[in-house]
Amino acid sequence: MERLSNNLSKNTAQSFNLMRSQTKWTKTYVHNHLFRYLCVFSALFLGITLFSIVIFISKTGLLVFKDVSLSEFFFSTKWDPENGKYGAAVFIMGTIYLTAITLAIATPISLCIAIYIAEIAPNSLKNTMRSLLDLLVGIPSIVYGYLGSTILIPLIRKVTGATVGDGILAASLVLTIMILPTITRIADDAICSIPKELREASYALGSTKFQMITKVLLPAAKSGILTGIILGMTRALGETMAVVMVIGNVAQFGFNLITPTSVLTSNIVMQILNVDFDSTWNYALYMMAFLLLMMSMIFIILIRKMRPKGVK
Amino acid sequence: MKQSLFHTHKRNISKAIHFNKMMTWIATGISIFIFFLIFSLLYIILSKGLPKMSVHFLIGLPEEIDAGGGVGPFLLNSFYILILSLIMSLPIGIGTGIFLAEYAPNNTFTEFVRTSVESLASVPSIVFGLFGYVLFVEYFQIGVTIIGASVTLALLNLPVLARVTEEAITAVPKELREASFALGATKSKTILKVVLPAAMASILTGISLAACRAFGESAIILLTGGTSTSGVMWDFNPLSEGGTLPVHLWYVQSEALVEDAQEIANKSAAILVVITLLISTTIRLPLWIKEKISQLKNR
Repeated sequence: MERLSNNLSKNTAQSFNLMRSQTKWTKTYVHNHLFRYLCVFSALFLGITLFSIVIFISKTGLLVFKDVSLSEFFFSTKWDPENGKYGAAVFIMGTIYLTAITLAIATPISLCIAIYIAEIAPNSLKNTMRSLLDLLVGIPSIVYGYLGSTILIPLIRKVTGATVGDGILAASLVLTIMILPTITRIADDAICSIPKELREASYALGSTKFQMITKVLLPAAKSGILTGIILGMTRALGETMAVVMVIGNVAQFGFNLITPTSVLTSNIVMQILNVDFDSTWNYALYMMAFLLLMMSMIFIILIRKMRPKGVK
Repeated sequence: MKQSLFHTHKRNISKAIHFNKMMTWIATGISIFIFFLIFSLLYIILSKGLPKMSVHFLIGLPEEIDAGGGVGPFLLNSFYILILSLIMSLPIGIGTGIFLAEYAPNNTFTEFVRTSVESLASVPSIVFGLFGYVLFVEYFQIGVTIIGASVTLALLNLPVLARVTEEAITAVPKELREASFALGATKSKTILKVVLPAAMASILTGISLAACRAFGESAIILLTGGTSTSGVMWDFNPLSEGGTLPVHLWYVQSEALVEDAQEIANKSAAILVVITLLISTTIRLPLWIKEKISQLKNR
């Protein structure tokens, strides 16, 4: 201690330097940890957001079952809130039907384009096509809806002779154009990430390009392609405004494709602004939103389960 | 016997070759057809809207009944809400990305965060809209506002930003970090001064993607921002109504009483397409130039 004080008095300047560097070191240390906690906090914030969304929506939505029985909500097709009829089967079936038809159209086309870009197209064209697809993802959904209602619906009216033209067909075509870039890009990435050796081995066994693609590439890229399809599906499931503009918004089944009908999203957005917050009608709409939320979350968990262990 | 086997084999091969050719042509045909379709759709939108565009339309006030109104306040709101939402979501989104890429230990918390990011990314926008509606209109009782719309929109941006940041940071080579540690830098300094600048290019691309999505979002704005504006140009009060251009396009196309509704819709759609194309290209432009320059130097 004595020596220390001696040193202090003798070499004050030096010890000050030492102290200063020490405080500086402490400061960097604190900064380092602060930054880490900031990052952890923002990650936590995301989790909290998801939880509060689930809780808010479900808390409001589940109130509907005070007045409406479970079986009525899920299986009755009578949606007439003014007279106390809250059967959401039409919308649930509509959403499933619309998503299925959209996928049935979009998947083969997207796979075709992905195979073309990844395997067939000349190199100069590849990158142009990829960046074009990236640009398409950014185009607002409302623009697709506008295109649907100004170009597609008159066309459908002319071709099929339907009086209105709105319906599942128009909605699924609009959605197809919307989710096409999503599925194509992910499938393309999945196909491109397959090692070259697999291709060469297949060629060495004498297969043609097409045999190589169907027998080797597609099975190997299966999980990537499925991820793309599911992501496209969640997008189609939750798309609202583009669908609202072309589906007709009538609470009836539209299985023949050109009858005006309604799906979960379109029904919510058309009615939510006109109802009281504390009414069964409103609770029913929140319950529909909760259903949508659950559907998309189940799909995401499916994707996570599908992924091989160790890959993030 | 041998001869015929040889022949069937040959026939099979030639069948496979023909089939291969046919499928190649089909894939090429479909791809070209789809790209042609997309190009013609873009062309239709632009050719319908752009020729009659005027400055008055871009900054003029909207009309309820008469023809000749503009979309000024809606366009302004679109940018205002987009910028506010980005300011709110960028730090948190990038922070989450950094956490996932650099800090995340292999435990339940990380797994939970990762699942939340992916689930949030897939939550339908209408659900975000309802959440914002409950929060701002019902709980805080401030009605439909610009601030409500931008906070809700920020929530939509978060998962996208987190994911692209994580991907960009993971792609940065390990050697850079090791060099920085060897020079005595702390982890936070390494991330801020070395890793982030190296990953900046891909992060910017991701931000442009998120910005495009947020700019074109309409369901959230309809529920939390309303369909109209304060009716005055250059109004930056965050508590006034926050209708944006996409919502206005929907309103004009399906509910409006204005005489020239169709024309307004045509022009608005063209503006939306042009602006989203601009957002995604201008953010990529510096990267592209940098790439070209480095290519020239290497030559």
